[in-house]
This record gives sequence, C-alpha cells and structure tokens, in this order.
Amino acid sequence: MSKWPEATEERARAIIAQYPNRRSAVMPLLYLAMSEEGYLTEAGMARVAELVGITPAQVLSVASFYTMYKLEPVGRYLISCCTSISCMLLGSDDVLHALEEEVGVASGEVDSEGLIGLEHAECIGACGGAPAMQVNYELIEGINPEKARQLVEWLRKARPEVVNTDEMQSLFGGRPSFDWAITEDVGAVGPYPAYEPFGTVRSSTE
Amino acid sequence: MNAPLLVTKRMVEHPTDSHTLERYKATGGYAAAKRAVSMTRDELVEAVKSSGLLGRGGAAFSAGLKWSFLAPARPAYLVVNGDESEPGTFKDRQLLERDPHQLIEGVIITAIANEVHHAFIYIRGEYPKPARRVQQAVEEAYRQGYLGQGIFDTDFDLEVIVHLGAGAYICGEETALINSLEGLRGEPRLKPPYFPAAVGLYNKPTIVNNVETLSNLPHILNDGVDAFKALGHEADTGTFLFSVSGHVEKPGNYELPHGLTWRELIFDVAGGIPNGRKLKTWIPGGASAPWFVPPDHLDLPITKDDTAKAGSMLGSGAVVVMNDSTCVVRAAERVVRFFAHESCGQCTPCREGTSWLELILRRIESGQGREVDPDLLLDVSDNISVGLAWPPKMTTICPLGPSAVSPIISIIKYFKDEVMAHIHDGRCPLIA
Repeated sequence: MSKWPEATEERARAIIAQYPNRRSAVMPLLYLAMSEEGYLTEAGMARVAELVGITPAQVLSVASFYTMYKLEPVGRYLISCCTSISCMLLGSDDVLHALEEEVGVASGEVDSEGLIGLEHAECIGACGGAPAMQVNYELIEGINPEKARQLVEWLRKARPEVVNTDEMQSLFGGRPSFDWAITEDVGAVGPYPAYEPFGTVRSSTE
Repeated sequence: MNAPLLVTKRMVEHPTDSHTLERYKATGGYAAAKRAVSMTRDELVEAVKSSGLLGRGGAAFSAGLKWSFLAPARPAYLVVNGDESEPGTFKDRQLLERDPHQLIEGVIITAIANEVHHAFIYIRGEYPKPARRVQQAVEEAYRQGYLGQGIFDTDFDLEVIVHLGAGAYICGEETALINSLEGLRGEPRLKPPYFPAAVGLYNKPTIVNNVETLSNLPHILNDGVDAFKALGHEADTGTFLFSVSGHVEKPGNYELPHGLTWRELIFDVAGGIPNGRKLKTWIPGGASAPWFVPPDHLDLPITKDDTAKAGSMLGSGAVVVMNDSTCVVRAAERVVRFFAHESCGQCTPCREGTSWLELILRRIESGQGREVDPDLLLDVSDNISVGLAWPPKMTTICPLGPSAVSPIISIIKYFKDEVMAHIHDGRCPLIA
C-alpha cells in the first residue's frame, strides 16, 4: 500500500510509539487517514492496517463503529446539528429544518458542490447553550434558525480556510453553556477534529 | 446560594487564565501532587476512601474503594473517562477546557496511589477544544517534570497519553472504553471476567475514573479529608457539578453541595421556568434516569439515597427541565432515539428493543398510535429490563438498553392521559 506524505508518516510513527500496544493507535491513525483525503478511503484504511499490523477488514470494523469516521465524502464543511433532548426542547428541529433548506440537502447528505455536508448529531455536550451545532466539530452555542441560515451563507461566501469556533460564536452564536472566557485563533481545516497530534490545527489569523 | 467551590473555583475567580500553568501554580497548583509523591500508597488510598468521594461519572461508587479493589499484578493502568456524552451533561467539557491542570494533578495523585505508570485521558472526539487544552497542559506538565521519567525528582515514572474518541456514547461505559483504547469497536465486555480492576486494559488491572472525580483529588489532599466531608451532605461528601439545561432561565453548570432540594435547584439556582410557563417534569440525572414531576418530587433533598428511594438517580448530574408546553411523547422519543442510535448492537434486547421503542413512540407522536401501544411499549421494555425494576435487572451486558426504558416508564406513569390523547385524537393534544 502506498505511504502517506512523510510528515504524516512521521506523525503516525509518533502516535504508534506512544502506546504500549500498536493496535491502540488505530483510532488516531484513522483521523490521520481522514486528514489526508477528507474521508476514509480503502487506500487510507489499508495504510492504517499496514502500520498497525491488522487486516483492512479489522480496520473497517473499527471505522464503521464510530460516527466521526466518514466512509464517504462529507464536504469541506461538515455541519453537525444537535437534536438531542436539551437542544430539541429549545428548538433544534427548526434549526435543522432551516439548515436543510439553506444547504439544500437532507440531513446526512452533501451539497452538489461538495462544499457543505449536513448531519443531525446526538448530544454534543453543549446542552446549557442549546440549541447548539458544530462546523467541522468546532462549536457554536445558542444558535437559532435565522443565524443558522446566515452561517451557511457565510461559509459559502467567505469559504474560511480555517473554521474557528470563537469567530463563528461571535458572528452567529448566542448564550453559551458557560463563559468561554478567552478567544483562540486556531481551528479546523476539514471534517475531522482540529488536534495538534493529528497535524490538523491551523492558525486562523495567518 | 454561595457554597464554597472546589473544582470550579479557579475558573470562577480567574476566568481568563484558569487553564494556564502559571495561574494553576499561582493558586496552589501541584502542591498536592508534590505531597503525594512522599506519601505511601496506603496513606493515599485511605485518604480518598475516608473522604467518601463518590465517582462522579454516574455510578456514584466510592473512588477509594474502587482503588482498593485494584489487583496487585503490574503493570496496571489508569484510564480517565472524559467521554462525556449523556444527553444533558456538559460538566466535564468545562473542567477539561477551563482547568486541565487540575485534572492532570488528579491523574498524578491517582497514579502514585495505585502504582500506575501509564495513564490515558480519553476525551470524546466532539470535544476538540477541550482536547487541545488538555494536550497542551500535558505537554507543559512534561516540561515541568511533573510527568515523564522521575516526576518531581523522584524515581516514579508516569506517562500520560491523550486519546480522542470518535463519536460513540457507549465508550463512556468503562469496558467499552477499554476496548476502544485497544483499537477495537467500543463494545462493552462481560463482567465477570472483565472487571477492569482485575482484567482491564490489555487484560491488566485498570482503574477507570471520571474527569470530575479526579479533579476533586487535589482539593482533598490540600484541604484535608474533614474539610471535604464538611462541604457535603452526610454520605454525599464534597460538592457536585449539576448540568442544568432545558426550560430554565439560567442553564449552566453549578457546583453545589448535595442536600438542597429540587425546588431550590430549578427555581432559585437556575432561575425557574422562563416565559411564564410552568414546570411539567424534569430528568434528575441524565437521559438514563427516570423522570421526576411536581409537586411529588420538588421538595426532595438532592442526595444519592433520597433520589434512589424515589426511583431515580443523580447519575451524571444532568438535570433536564421541561415546561408545560413540552410534548412528553416527543421528549421520550428523543431520549429513546439517542439510546437506539448509540446501542452497540451486541445484545439482542437492546439492539432490537431500543429501535422498536423508538418506532412505536414515533408512531404515537405522528398520530398513528394504536390503543395497545402503551402496553406494547411496556412489554418491549420488560424484555430489556426485567420487571421494569429500579435499579434495572439487566438482560444485557451493559446498562444502555435499560436506560432507554426510563423515559417510557416515566411518561406512562405520570402522563398516561397525554399519551392516550395522542392515540385517540391522532395528534398531539398540546397543539391547539
């Protein structure tokens, strides 16, 4: 199987070296694979299998269990709209409906351009700031249908290189679960978590 | 309500930099860990045992007792459960994001007390910002010599690995979390033999503790066991973080002593029900918990025992408040849908049962309900949770399936008329 670019291979080696057992690296390596291609391809999963020393089928069994591993393209910006109980009580279904209209797809689909994907999510741990949603797992709390529409419009026009939670919260958010206290200038570059060991964190001000 | 704060004190007093190493050290941080390295394991376990600290992840089991069960074989592992995903719960997110060093100090104390040299902090994948903060804090702690080889200039080694989940509530169940850490599907393991204290991560003795539980440890060592017990209410020592959400004026995380009443929590602390609405029902301890209603439960003291006696639990501390405009069929459907979505699929009663419960509730909600549906819901529920007892008698490996039964029992017990009206009228009676 073909290797990833050297920088990613090096991250993979560092991740594997952390664990007492190679197989424990499967989950972080799946994130690396997603950061390479935007979703999990057969080639990506095959590389994970090779690095960890298990079969591609075993990798798929893990990848297919967890909702954040995407086996198909989900767009450059993945919108996850929470519709669990606390968000539902405060109007999340109207938010999801507005998003479906504005993006022009049903939950679980991607727009024709491959720019924006939409999904409804189970509880994202922002119940005090309900209704809440995420773009590439970066959070916006206290959203409403109108602001949700504006957010989609903004993503289409601004096409931010880096999705920053504080920027989105200030533009489209409302009441948060708790005081965020400070702003940070980092964010996500694709539909996977922005996390330093995966090499997926970028500065949003550069 | 001006109760003394422990785990949220720093972020309340120093909101803009409570997450930094500088602020943590300037406010007494890592003093407890420094003390811990010179204490014996027995002293540490005894301190935590006698503090009465109960696990804050939902099961409310004595943390010290849990430690004392750890089998003697080594290596052993420590796993921090930061996979917070129970609907209504958002307290660990705040602790991870706003005071990560407090957690790391708790990890160090636990590692010393249990002779563990490898700790894993498992954070749900949907929490990238908290994960970034914790990862940064871990790196800082390594640079300070608080983690790594020979911590605090002793011969004690401690490696800490931050591990991201990928969207699976079930990984909050400790044996599923262990499978997930081993690079497997997050399916719970059978107990016995897989009690983590004996046969855990890599089949070695393993301690699994929740974020809030460990965040309390520095305070127990710094302030002393007696001060910690004095803060609490009888058996429920220390403080407790309540995540209050839904139809309240002031949702949020509130660190409070046990023993106040539900009326005080909902109407005083959280500011009551907005828009002139009335309280209809509330979930006292996360989506898994049977619901409470006014006036029966409003003046119950919030303690582990009083809540259990009334047929529910404090669980993860998530209080979801619903006003009188809430359709309980829809609310129950939403909670059951969650469990159906998150069922790992191993056990038939849960895999099949939760999906059927969701389908039947949706049928009732959409006006297609049948006269027999309430009985059918109870019958399916009984196959998941025998006798519909509380606490549940399980037919499954883990408690996820029985959790889905809680909202069913609740709406049929307290709101049968409303359920039947859906069926008879073919629509929600609350919509004029």
